[in-house]
Amino acid sequence: MPDTALQTAPAARPTTTLRLLLRNRLAVVGLVFIALWTLGALLSGLSPYGATQPGAGALLQGPSLAHPFGTDNFGRDLLTRVLAGGRISLWTGLIAIAISLLIGVPLGAFAGFVRGRAGGLVMRLMDMLLAFPSLVLAMAIAAALGPGMVSAMVAVGIVGIPEFARIVHGQVLSLRERDFVEAGHAIGLPGSSILIRHIVPNALAPILVRATLGMGYAILTAASLSFIGLGAQPPDPEWGVLISDGRGYIISGEWWMTTFPGLAIATSILGFNLLGDGLRDVLDPRLRTSK
Amino acid sequence: MSDLLTISDLTVRIDTSRGPITPVRDVSLSIPKGKMLGLVGESGSGKSVTAMTITRLLPRRSVHVTGGRIEFDGRDLTNLSDRSLRAVRGKEIATIFQEPMTALNPVLTIADQVAEPLRVHLGLSRRQAADRAAELLDMVGIRDTARVLRDYPHQLSGGMRQRVMIAMAMSCEPKLLIADEPTTALDVTTQLQILELVMDLQQKHGTSVLLITHDLGVVAQTCDEVTVMHNGQVQETAPVEQIFEAPQADYTKRLLSFLPSSRPRTREARPADEAPLLKVSDLVKVFPGRRRRTEPVTAVDGVSFSVAPGRTLAIVGESGSGKSTTGRALLRLHEPTSGAVTFDGVDLLGLSAAELRAMRSRMQIVFQDTYASLDPRWTIERTLAEPLRLHTDLDAAGIRERLVEVMELVGLEAEHLERFPHEFSGGQRQRIGIARALLLNPSLVVCDEPVSALDVSVQAQVLELLKDLQDRLGLAYVFISHDLSVVRLIADDVLVMSRGKVVEHGTVDEVFAAPKHPYTKALLAAVPSPDPRARLDRAQRRELVEAGTKEAVA
Repeated sequence: MPDTALQTAPAARPTTTLRLLLRNRLAVVGLVFIALWTLGALLSGLSPYGATQPGAGALLQGPSLAHPFGTDNFGRDLLTRVLAGGRISLWTGLIAIAISLLIGVPLGAFAGFVRGRAGGLVMRLMDMLLAFPSLVLAMAIAAALGPGMVSAMVAVGIVGIPEFARIVHGQVLSLRERDFVEAGHAIGLPGSSILIRHIVPNALAPILVRATLGMGYAILTAASLSFIGLGAQPPDPEWGVLISDGRGYIISGEWWMTTFPGLAIATSILGFNLLGDGLRDVLDPRLRTSK
Repeated sequence: MSDLLTISDLTVRIDTSRGPITPVRDVSLSIPKGKMLGLVGESGSGKSVTAMTITRLLPRRSVHVTGGRIEFDGRDLTNLSDRSLRAVRGKEIATIFQEPMTALNPVLTIADQVAEPLRVHLGLSRRQAADRAAELLDMVGIRDTARVLRDYPHQLSGGMRQRVMIAMAMSCEPKLLIADEPTTALDVTTQLQILELVMDLQQKHGTSVLLITHDLGVVAQTCDEVTVMHNGQVQETAPVEQIFEAPQADYTKRLLSFLPSSRPRTREARPADEAPLLKVSDLVKVFPGRRRRTEPVTAVDGVSFSVAPGRTLAIVGESGSGKSTTGRALLRLHEPTSGAVTFDGVDLLGLSAAELRAMRSRMQIVFQDTYASLDPRWTIERTLAEPLRLHTDLDAAGIRERLVEVMELVGLEAEHLERFPHEFSGGQRQRIGIARALLLNPSLVVCDEPVSALDVSVQAQVLELLKDLQDRLGLAYVFISHDLSVVRLIADDVLVMSRGKVVEHGTVDEVFAAPKHPYTKALLAAVPSPDPRARLDRAQRRELVEAGTKEAVA
């Protein structure tokens, strides 16, 4: 009803989005987790111990002042390894999401704008990709490319493509019926300009949310690939590799070798999920008025 | 005569995300037993908030009654507990809304929904409620009750849905019926039938009615008394004749002066004997059905007309008549299925995509909902500069100069260019829409319901602007509208459409003074005249409208 004063909030601009995000308590918690791991990754090089060279201390020591996370079976400082692992994991997540975005967004936008046979074909291909369990597909791709960090990134990135393609496809389908798109046709804009200048930017909000949530998922999948030996290879301190290294010592009581990398994975994923949820609330004007 | 409902000094505060606002301040009004009170005002006047406060239908968390009393039948409704108020709601005070599709539950049949208040408030058994539901539908003039009861809301037309809403509202024989813009979403002929129905029911059952509307014509034709609101305050309350003949408050006077019927046609039309600028012949647009799921729809069926330079052709029709599709098809925004469109001697349908894009600068469109037609993320400057970059060689300074010039032409200021679409009022946005259409000096502008979403005062200004621009720039308009009073004011020629076909075509004087087709007669008879003394003989009017709508369907 236009009569009541309870109108939905207008389109957000970056400054207001950030301000609202900082008012969202859970999103701030998420940001803090992400900031801590990012900072740790940046500062891991300052550690007195090397991340990969053995012999920083005695073998298999429990947490102590000198080694807060303990040492591993080669005597390496686990705190240094976990922080350095953050660098690998965060990069993996970023690059994998970038691959998904760079391929998924144009594919979905194309399919939504063109529709017809070509559009249908693209979306059915995406459905086929989605039909595979994502971890199994990622394993298959990584195995085909040969074990290694790069193939893990590519594998996780490819698995994420259909998700983004579907979101963009749906957004474009609804946006292309909006009057401002028709207004673009009416002034004589070519279809490609309408798509790139008017439709895709208006579809960005849900993509941003999904990309943030996807970061956590990408880190987890990459760690899983490393755990089973298809991703990063020892002695690289990737979190999945660290858990894999410590796996044999759980029963003998050296719990710290698996617990700390596990907590690292859990908190970083939690951070991205909380931030993503917060972004979703902040970017949705309908949710904004009810506060 | 005693009053059924008395509101005294009501003040309402709403807490919004941008701080508290007071949409209703010290409002007093009263509804006599068995009478109809019209509550009139423009958008934002507080009329709906006032009405919804009566039965506390606004969210409790953010809406607070900070002062005043609402006395209904000897009780103060503001003091009632939620539980006692629920017993009043629906049973003693019933409400009908503007949009019956959203007020009805889409997953329940009509029978289930009509029976619900009967079972809740009157304690009828399932069988009794079903029988009573059929009686109620019969009472609101639905003929095929058995079928309608089995239907879901989406299977009914807008008028039928509103009838169902009224049947539900009347089911417990309420003492007061609150009708919030009950006919705003309906076509004029349907509006007439619904208003007739409400008046019949009111007289038969002695129900009091609070009719909230922005349409002074509706008020003149139905209400006994009128309360005028503006900016959250009551401006004037008086019997209906007095409001129209001897308004006291300045605001009422101003409101009346904006009525299209109270303003004369001033413009001399350009002669029609020049070579036509636009010639449309036998235009057909068929929307293909989805394979196997729906039938193809012929939205425009053999429409022909021509428009001379500097003249205005109005395309008039009710919803679904194909008038908007005609406007878009002639610009090739929807590709026509067959027919011919000649614009300034060029065969538009024969142009390639690139040639058509170049041609777009000379034929423009103004949308009904300009807000939706502006990219929400772009400033006005960026949006308006886009066509100039596309079609001209102007540099940045030249573009800026032209933008400022056009903004001034439509009555806006240069500083407005930096704002975003949501920072404008409805009237300002419509001016932006017009500015965008004029930037490239077109010779033809298609206006698709350009003033339908606007309040009367703003509507008057925008129509003035359109006429003024036509005189100064020699524009030809194709003016698409459902509102005959607006059409009479602005058009030189009129085309009446129904079901995709042209039923009448002539100059504005011919069509309005001596309509030939029964459907045109029905449309003219159904327009609510803003003169309470001109309440036509209802039986005669009903006959005209029924004859006309029957003809249109055939």
